[in-house]
Amino acid sequence: MTTHAVNATTLAGPTLNLIDDVRRMLALHFMVNAFRAGAVAAVLGAVIGWFMVLRRQSFVGHTLAVVSFPGAAAAIWLGVSATVGYFAGSIAAALVIALVPRTPVGRAGGQESAVIGTVQAFALAAGALFVSLYGGFLDSVTGLLFGSFLGVSDGQVVALVVVAAVVLVTMVAMARPLFFATVDGDVAAARGVPERALSVAFLVVLGCTAAEVSQITGALLVFALLVMPAAAAQQLTARPVLGLCLSVALGLVVVWSALGVAFYSTWPVGFFVSTFGFAAYLAAAGFRLTAGHQARTVRKGRTSQVGGVATA
Amino acid sequence: MTGTFFILAHPFLTSAYGAGSTIAVATGLVGYLLVLRGQVFAGDALSHVAFTGALAALAFGVDLRLGLYGGCIAFALLLAVLGWRSGTDDTVIGSLFAWVLGLGALFLSLFTTSSSGLGGPGGTSGVNILFGSILGLSGGQARFDVVVSLVVVAGAVAIARPLVFTSLDPAVARSRGVPVRALSTGFFVLLGVTAGVATQAVGALLLLGLLAAPAGAAQRLSARPFRAIWLAAGIAVASMWTGLTIAYFLPAVPPSFGIIGVATAVYMGTFAWTGLTRRRGSAAPTAAAGAIPIGVPGAA
Repeated sequence: MTTHAVNATTLAGPTLNLIDDVRRMLALHFMVNAFRAGAVAAVLGAVIGWFMVLRRQSFVGHTLAVVSFPGAAAAIWLGVSATVGYFAGSIAAALVIALVPRTPVGRAGGQESAVIGTVQAFALAAGALFVSLYGGFLDSVTGLLFGSFLGVSDGQVVALVVVAAVVLVTMVAMARPLFFATVDGDVAAARGVPERALSVAFLVVLGCTAAEVSQITGALLVFALLVMPAAAAQQLTARPVLGLCLSVALGLVVVWSALGVAFYSTWPVGFFVSTFGFAAYLAAAGFRLTAGHQARTVRKGRTSQVGGVATA
Repeated sequence: MTGTFFILAHPFLTSAYGAGSTIAVATGLVGYLLVLRGQVFAGDALSHVAFTGALAALAFGVDLRLGLYGGCIAFALLLAVLGWRSGTDDTVIGSLFAWVLGLGALFLSLFTTSSSGLGGPGGTSGVNILFGSILGLSGGQARFDVVVSLVVVAGAVAIARPLVFTSLDPAVARSRGVPVRALSTGFFVLLGVTAGVATQAVGALLLLGLLAAPAGAAQRLSARPFRAIWLAAGIAVASMWTGLTIAYFLPAVPPSFGIIGVATAVYMGTFAWTGLTRRRGSAAPTAAAGAIPIGVPGAA
């Protein structure tokens, strides 16, 4: 992955001297801020995304990610800070989805997915309405949806760091019981773990993360940072701490290399983020397939143990 | 009352109502099957593929519908090949469509830079694909959409009965000789075509609402699949007409918001309705999964 990114940067840069290219890029203050904000978004997305993938809540995560768009559009229409709008939209949607009980995994016919889908479509429709009411410009619509990392101010970076710290501390506090409740819900409930409260709290945390990340990547591409590093990490290891570290590392590599390449390219950063992330995921899945094949020929049963936690 | 006549005096509005009605029937039927099978996430994924497919077609200068339907059907077949069922592995689909969306962002930027800059016709069609432009349908496009939706309706009606059976009890259906795999593939293709045609009406980002909201509402109102499926189609059509009419009388409201807004309101209404009936102690007609299979052999 790293060599891939390095090669891409080298090719995309006007010179072939990578260190020189990076130095020139970091001489620009807005690029430094983009890298800082990108790092915060990557770390947060990777950690919360790891739990999202473990809990099989990709659909919810995606919905919470896109509803930051109407929040921001409403904030712009009302003339308040877009940051407030991002968070208000995502947290409100998280609470609405939390009202509906979860359908057990693998059972068809549940209301949960219909509600999530409706929340998502309605939120996006509301976003279209706010944009229409604002009478604004198409550029700002595509900016909200697909992100613009070039305009991150110092104040925004500080705000991102503060929110990320709060979210991460909350996550650390509830990580253990949440992991327990996710992997073995019945036993956790019997042991008195407050599953329902944890589930709601996690949705709010996920909403905050989506709001935070979407300020960098745009509402439509948040999902890439939530799902891809985490999914790749869970292909490689089932151990929680190692997996989380791997997920964070992959997220950072993906975001930073994407920013670097996008700086020397005319193509949008979102494309590079999602492409590098997807490449990481494919590489991890391919590695697991070949490693699993080898393990199966050597010693049976080991691979099913590796996959066990990811599918629990 | 006179307002209603005014509406039908505009040719673009008759196109919108005509195409909108058949599209709504198609999304209502397919959406009900989608919710029943717990595969709404596939609809979510397809909505993003629709965007990328349409923009790819624009970026490469071919007919938009080629990319739209081609992309949706190809992705639907991919889902079928991966053997995706609800809850099996959402991260594969999630990673895949997040990447497809990234491609869409690329095509959007290629297309907007190739055609007279941002905010020019390029930006407009990008936003139109995302949020729909049902009032901008030409007569020919509307006729095309009507034909495609009618094909979808015919397909959905043809496979509805065995598909409901396999969705609710795959093991028994397989032992009875129902071709589970073929039905699943056929349904994915149908879903892909539906996503394509619904993108023309409400846009790639909102088609999920037209699939999920009427279906969810119908499922809450009736536990009998073959009543609920037509109920879903009816709710979708009613949402389409009401939404278009609201958009006509309130120009600031985009038609897509009107349509999705009404559908969402109906769905919320069913929560209030079943909440009330349950409190009164009568048997709530929610879709208790155990109650549905009983009706199927009797209906078959």
